[in-house]
Amino acid sequence: MTPQINFRTALPWLAVFVLAALVPLFTHNRYFLDVAVNIMIWTITAYGLNVMLGYAGILQLAHAGFFGIGAYTVGILTLKLGWSFWLAWPLGVALCAVLGLLLGLVAFRTRGDSFAIFTLGVGVIITQIINKWNSLTGGNDGLNGIQAPKLGSIDFGRGSAFFYLALITLGVVVFLVARVRSSMFGRSLIALQGSEDLARTLGINVYTHKLRVMMLSTALAGLAGGLYAVYIGFMGAAITGPAQTFTVLLYLLVGGVGTLSGPLIGTALMFFLGEQLKNVGDYQFIVFGPLLILMVMFAPGGIAGLWQRRMFARRSPATTQEVPDAGI
Amino acid sequence: MTATLFFQQLLNALALGGVYSLVALGLTLVYGVMRIPNFAHGGLYMLGAYVSYAALTRLGLPYVLALGLSGVALALLAAVLERVVFHPLRNAPHVHSMIAAIGVLFFIEAVIRLPFVFGSDFLQLPSPLAGVLSFGGITITSQRLLIIVTSLAIMGALYFFLKRTLTGTTIEAMAQNREGARLMGINVSRVAMLTFGISGALAAIASTLYAPTALISPSMGEVMNLKVFAIIILGGMGSVPGAVVGAFLLALAEVFGGVIVGADFADVVGFAALVLVLAIRPQGLFRSGA
Repeated sequence: MTPQINFRTALPWLAVFVLAALVPLFTHNRYFLDVAVNIMIWTITAYGLNVMLGYAGILQLAHAGFFGIGAYTVGILTLKLGWSFWLAWPLGVALCAVLGLLLGLVAFRTRGDSFAIFTLGVGVIITQIINKWNSLTGGNDGLNGIQAPKLGSIDFGRGSAFFYLALITLGVVVFLVARVRSSMFGRSLIALQGSEDLARTLGINVYTHKLRVMMLSTALAGLAGGLYAVYIGFMGAAITGPAQTFTVLLYLLVGGVGTLSGPLIGTALMFFLGEQLKNVGDYQFIVFGPLLILMVMFAPGGIAGLWQRRMFARRSPATTQEVPDAGI
Repeated sequence: MTATLFFQQLLNALALGGVYSLVALGLTLVYGVMRIPNFAHGGLYMLGAYVSYAALTRLGLPYVLALGLSGVALALLAAVLERVVFHPLRNAPHVHSMIAAIGVLFFIEAVIRLPFVFGSDFLQLPSPLAGVLSFGGITITSQRLLIIVTSLAIMGALYFFLKRTLTGTTIEAMAQNREGARLMGINVSRVAMLTFGISGALAAIASTLYAPTALISPSMGEVMNLKVFAIIILGGMGSVPGAVVGAFLLALAEVFGGVIVGADFADVVGFAALVLVLAIRPQGLFRSGA
């Protein structure tokens, strides 16, 4: 079954966003709002990874590198050239999309497993360049003093204004991804995941579709990166490394790869868990490493996948097969 | 004088290529047999160095015994890893094995970082052979010479094993055609475990040879992982000769590239070379398969 956007499927999402919008009215706890904003930013990043891995079945491991490019573009343009955030941000997104296209042009010529490894190498190159290009990026010292954006009389550095900026952005992203998933393009991506050769015989231009999903994925990473830069106010290269890509990958796996709600559930749950583990700093992967393994072994569909299975089981008790195409 | 510098760097590249070859051979064997890009391989390499370090400094074993102990320990660990993690995933979507391997890598790294294990600090593995040899203006440390000789010996032994023994040919048969191998009566499950064991041993030996010339740290596995994956892509994934050729090509690119663009960017040179090669020849330098 192909998920469609209609009132019945959109209603739970509308309810979630309305409830989220009410949160700042009931709490002024800065820590709580801070965690919420971080969750929203990383959720957008996870959606970017999801359109490639979940829909097209392609594991792209330079994702955090593109997040970093989006962040550094905003940081450099606003801090060094005095640009407005509202111009720098879309430019960062466009730059990530173009660079994603260039990466795809080369990387998709490799076969199968080489692609993931190749993109992992590219991710490392991105981090190295950021770390060593001192005159542009500040190198190891990073960029400091990135200002929060303003819009008219609204200062997004104060109160809960940034919370709403992140929430609106996330809402747009969810809608966009849902639209992609329910479109012919989205269905073609699912076909690619099943079998590229079969998709090709059905008339799908495999190479072109891969390039387009790469551009969408990297653009979303850049979008999240730009928000992150102005929210945190500081940029270091660590956020662009492979470990960060794998962290986002874990969020996605826990929530459910290929589902619309998975990235949100997974990121919220795991980021919160990560906050609790901050006491042990670098040792998060004591928990996260085995969790990655256990998820792929026993619950490849993630939390959203388990929910889907339970729902279908209830409707049709005699049917036990897992629905391969989990949607909204 | 420039000729001397050239040969000096050539010797450095040979030593580096020897280390890369051993690690790459383990990775490409596993890929050939299981079709899994084993991201955990870098973790095994790093762990091998730490086991040797513990054997040398805490148990007081001589270097050769530490090398052997590390090789055996990592062979066993790799075999267990195959049985516990990868064997259950053999029928799962391909991406799942890759993700599980990533989980293993980060777990190993995080364990090593624990303060009561080894911590995050850099450690130095003592070299068993102090001293420098010099001839014709060219110098080479004894450790580098040991690396070259030992890696060549092990590569020779591995070649003999794969080509001249019955057990070794089962690995090659499975790499060529898994179903065909099964139909011929080869126990593919056992061969997979054996291959993982060999790859673990190779990684441990490589890191123990190399560690005295470089520092040991929890992140050394990640760095080596990336380089070695670049090598097996260059050489053609699953290709044994390709892994060796790719390793020496990368070492040469790194050493001579480092001279040209500076040591800071030496790591990037290898990946830049990889990008160029793949843009021209997407399947790598050799055809896949042994």
